[in-house]
Amino acid sequence: MIAPKIIRRLQSVLPPDCLLLATEDLKPFETDGLTAFRNIPDVVALPETENQVKSILRICHESGTPIVFRGAGTGVSGGALPVDGAVLLAMTRFNRILSIDPLARLARVQPGVRNLAISEAAAPFNLYYAPDPSSQIACTIGGNVAENSGGVHCLKYGLTVHNVLSIRVLTIEGDELVIGSEALDSPGYDLLALLTGSEGMLAVTLEVTVKLLPKPERTQVVLAAFDDIGKGGAAVGAVIAGGVLPAGLEMMDRLAVEAAEAYAHAGYPLNAKAILLVEVDGTQEEVSEDVMRVREILLAAGATEVRTARDEAEQKKFWAGRKAAFPAVGRLAPDYYCMDGTIPRKSLPDVLKRMAALSEQHALPVANVFHAGDGNLHPLILYDANRPGEWEKAERFGADILELCVAHGGSITGEHGVGIEKINQMCVQFGSAELGAFHGIKACFDPDGLLNPGKAVPTLHRCAEYGAMHVRGGKLPFAELPRF
Amino acid sequence: MIEALGERIRATQTPLVIRAGGSKDFYGQQIEGDILDVSGHRGIVSYEPGELVLTAKCGTPLAEIEALLDRHGQMLGFEPPHFGTASTLGGTLACGLSGPRRPHAGSARDFVLGMEILDGTGQHLKFGGQVIKNVAGYDASRLMVGSLGTLGVLVQASLKVLPKPQSELTLQFELDETTALKRMNEWSGQPLPVSASLWQSGILSLRLSGASSAIMRAQAKLGGDHHLNGPDFWRQHRDHETAFFSGDLPLWRLSLPPSAPPSSLAGKQIITWGGAERWLKTDADAAEIRAWAAAHGGHATLFMGGHKAAGAFHPLPRALMKYHLRLKGQFDPRGMLNRGRMYPDF
Ligand SMILES: Cc1cc2nc3c(=O)[nH]c(=O)nc-3n(C[C@H](O)[C@H](O)[C@H](O)COP(=O)(O)OP(=O)(O)OC[C@H]3O[C@@H](n4cnc5c(N)ncnc54)[C@H](O)[C@@H]3O)c2cc1C
Repeated sequence: MIAPKIIRRLQSVLPPDCLLLATEDLKPFETDGLTAFRNIPDVVALPETENQVKSILRICHESGTPIVFRGAGTGVSGGALPVDGAVLLAMTRFNRILSIDPLARLARVQPGVRNLAISEAAAPFNLYYAPDPSSQIACTIGGNVAENSGGVHCLKYGLTVHNVLSIRVLTIEGDELVIGSEALDSPGYDLLALLTGSEGMLAVTLEVTVKLLPKPERTQVVLAAFDDIGKGGAAVGAVIAGGVLPAGLEMMDRLAVEAAEAYAHAGYPLNAKAILLVEVDGTQEEVSEDVMRVREILLAAGATEVRTARDEAEQKKFWAGRKAAFPAVGRLAPDYYCMDGTIPRKSLPDVLKRMAALSEQHALPVANVFHAGDGNLHPLILYDANRPGEWEKAERFGADILELCVAHGGSITGEHGVGIEKINQMCVQFGSAELGAFHGIKACFDPDGLLNPGKAVPTLHRCAEYGAMHVRGGKLPFAELPRF
Repeated sequence: MIEALGERIRATQTPLVIRAGGSKDFYGQQIEGDILDVSGHRGIVSYEPGELVLTAKCGTPLAEIEALLDRHGQMLGFEPPHFGTASTLGGTLACGLSGPRRPHAGSARDFVLGMEILDGTGQHLKFGGQVIKNVAGYDASRLMVGSLGTLGVLVQASLKVLPKPQSELTLQFELDETTALKRMNEWSGQPLPVSASLWQSGILSLRLSGASSAIMRAQAKLGGDHHLNGPDFWRQHRDHETAFFSGDLPLWRLSLPPSAPPSSLAGKQIITWGGAERWLKTDADAAEIRAWAAAHGGHATLFMGGHKAAGAFHPLPRALMKYHLRLKGQFDPRGMLNRGRMYPDF
C-alpha cells in the first residue's frame, strides 16, 4: 500500500480530478488487456501539465515510491499492469497534436495522442504515419514508443523505431532530455533506439516527433487460399524471395478464417486450411507489375485459389475479415490468450505444424492470425478462465510456443513487449551476461529501480528458479509467488 | 579469434584503438593507444536471400558483402560509403554512416537486427537476432551503431537487406539553391520513386528507383535531363571521390531538418538527402558553423581535416552527457575502448 503521506504530497501538486483514489475509479486501470493479470492500483495520477508530471516524478524519486506509466492500456503484455505500492501515472490527457509540418513531413505530438489520430490529422496533406498496430484507434503514441509497436505494414515501412525522429523524455532524476531531432541523425549515442521499446523502464515520454510518409498512389490486395497450412507458410517465403516487398503479408489459419467469416462476412473461401492476404502498394505501374508477380508466385506455391480485389470496396472487405479476426476468434471461447513470437520466415511451415501438435498435447484449440511477412506469429489460445486449471494450461502452452520460436532462432516478442507476461521466457532467449547488461542499462537511467519495477528484464535469481521449474516441466512456474 | 580478442581486452592496461581496414581513421577525434586489429575476424556467417537477412563477422570487407548480395539481386539499403577498398562492416556500423539512399530507405542502424560485441571487460554479448521483429530486451544492437567502438568491439552483425530495384535513372535540373531545396522537399512528400538527391553549383540531380514503367512515368512528370552515368555519379559522391572533396579546406557535415533554409555560411557546398545533409568545404569558424546548424535544428560534424581540438562532433547538452558517461561506464568501466574517439570526456 502507498503511504498516506505520499498521497498527501501528490494531492498538493495535483487538482482533485487528476488523482483517483476510490476503488470504483481505480478498477478500470487494473489491467492492460492481458486479462489474466489484474491488480487494482493504489492510486492513479492523470496529470494535465508537464509541471505536474515533473512534480510527481520528484515526489516518487525523493520518497522511493515506484511508478508505472500508462497510455491507453492496450499493451496486452502487462507492461502497464499496476504494481503494489506504486503510483500509476496515465499520460492520456496529453492528447494534443502540437504541429504538422507538411513540407518537412513530420508531426509533433503529445504522448497521449492516439496512433490513428496522427494519420487522420495528416490526411489533408496526403501524408500518413506508417506504423499501424491493429489497436490503432485506441493505443497512444507514447505506448507505441515504449513498445516499439509494429502493425500490418511494418514489413515495408518498419516499426515505430524507424518512424520516430525525436522524443522528449523526463528521467526519474528530473533530467529533461531531447533525444533525436528533426534532422535524420544526432550526435552521441543512439539513445532514440535505446529508449524505443524500453517499456516504460527508463523514462517517461513527454513529446514525440514522427515522420510522415506520402500516401501511396495505389494499393491492391491479393487473397490466396491453400489446402495445407504448410504450403501457405512456404508461399510467404516465396513471395519475398521473388523480389516483391509487399506492404503487408498476413496469414490466417482455418479456425481464424471460419471465425472471421462468420463475424465479418469477408467472402473468404471456407474450405481453405489457410489464407494469405498480400497487399502491394506504390505507383500505378509498380502495383500492376507486383500484382502479376505475386499471383504467379502464389499459384506456383500451390494456392488453390487466387483472387485480386476488384475495387476498393472488395479490398476493404478482404481486410475487414483480418481486422475483425481477434474479436471474431474471441467469440469461439470465453477467453483467448494472444501470443507474439517471431521466427525466420523459412521456419513457418515447421513451427505451424509443431504448434498443431502442441495444441493437441495441451488439449486447447489455437487460432493463428498473424503478420506472416515479418515471421511474427499471433497464436490465439482458446480457453475458459472459469474452469479451474485452464488458464495455467493456456499459459504453459503459450510458454511452449515462445520457446519453440527461440529454438528456431526467433524471438519471444515481435511487437507486444515482454512486460510481465514473458518475463520467464527472457531467461530462455538471453544468457545471464546479456541480462546483466540490460540491468546495467536500466541502472544508468533509473539507479533506484523505481520505474516499472519487476517488468521486462528478469532478475538472474528469477531465471534460476524458472530454469529449475522448467526442467521439471508441465507445471505452472511459480504458482505460489506473486507476479512481480 | 573472439576468445583471443576478449582476452586481449581483459588483460590490457593501456587504452585500445580498435581498427579493421583503417578506411575511417580520419573520422572522429584522433586518439592514442595500442591498436586492436580486428580485421582478421572476417567472413559471411549466413545469408538467405529469401529471409532478406545477412549475418557477417565485423571484419568482413563491405565489398565482399555487396558482391554476394548483388549476385542475388539484393543490396544494403543504406548504401554505405566505402572511402576506399579496405572498408569493413564493423567500421561502417561503428561510424554509423549511410549513403545517398538513406532518407528514402533508412539508415545503417535501421537495418541492424542483431549485434554481437565484446564489451570493455572482454565479455561476449549477443543482442537482438536474425528476425525482422524483435522487441525482447533493450535495443542494445542499434545502440552500438554510431557509438564509434566506445561501448564495445563489434564482432558480428545481422542486417536486413533489400531487393535491388528493377531499374534506376538519374535526372538533372538547373535550379538555384532555394528552389532546389523546395523541390526536394515537395517531391519527397509525393508518391514518387525518388531514391537519392544532390544539389551542387546550380544543378539538382535526382535518382529514381523502381519498376521501369514507374520510372518512365515519373520522368515524364518531372522532366529534367537524363544523366548518362548515374551509377558512377552516385558512387563517386558517396565515397567522396569528386573534385569537391579534394583540397585542404576542412570538410564539415551538417545534418539538418530537410526544410532548413539555405546556409549563410562561407564556403563551397553540396546538399544531399533531400536537404537533410549538407557538406561544406570551408575554413569558417567551428563555433559559427555549429551555432548556425543548431539554430536550424541540426548539428555539425568536422568530418575531415581542420582542427579537431574544437571537437569532431557537436557538443552534447550537459544532461545528455551525463547519461552517455553512465552508459560508457556500464559497457567499458575501465575506459579501455576507443577512449576519446567520440568526445574527450569518454
Ligand atoms: C486488439 C489489440 C491489437 C493489437 N495489435 C497490435 C499490433 O498490431 N501491433 C503492435 O505492435 N501492438 C499491438 N497491440 C498492443 C498494443 O496496442 C501496443 O503495444 C500499444 O503500443 C500500447 O499502447 P498503449 O497506449 O495502450 O500503452 P499501455 O498499454 O498503456 O502501455 C504500454 C507500455 O508503455 C509504457 N508507456 C505508456 N505511455 C508511456 C509514456 N508516455 N512514457 C513512458 N512509458 C509509457 C507503459 O509503462 C507500458 O510499459 C494490440 C493490442 C490489442 C489490445
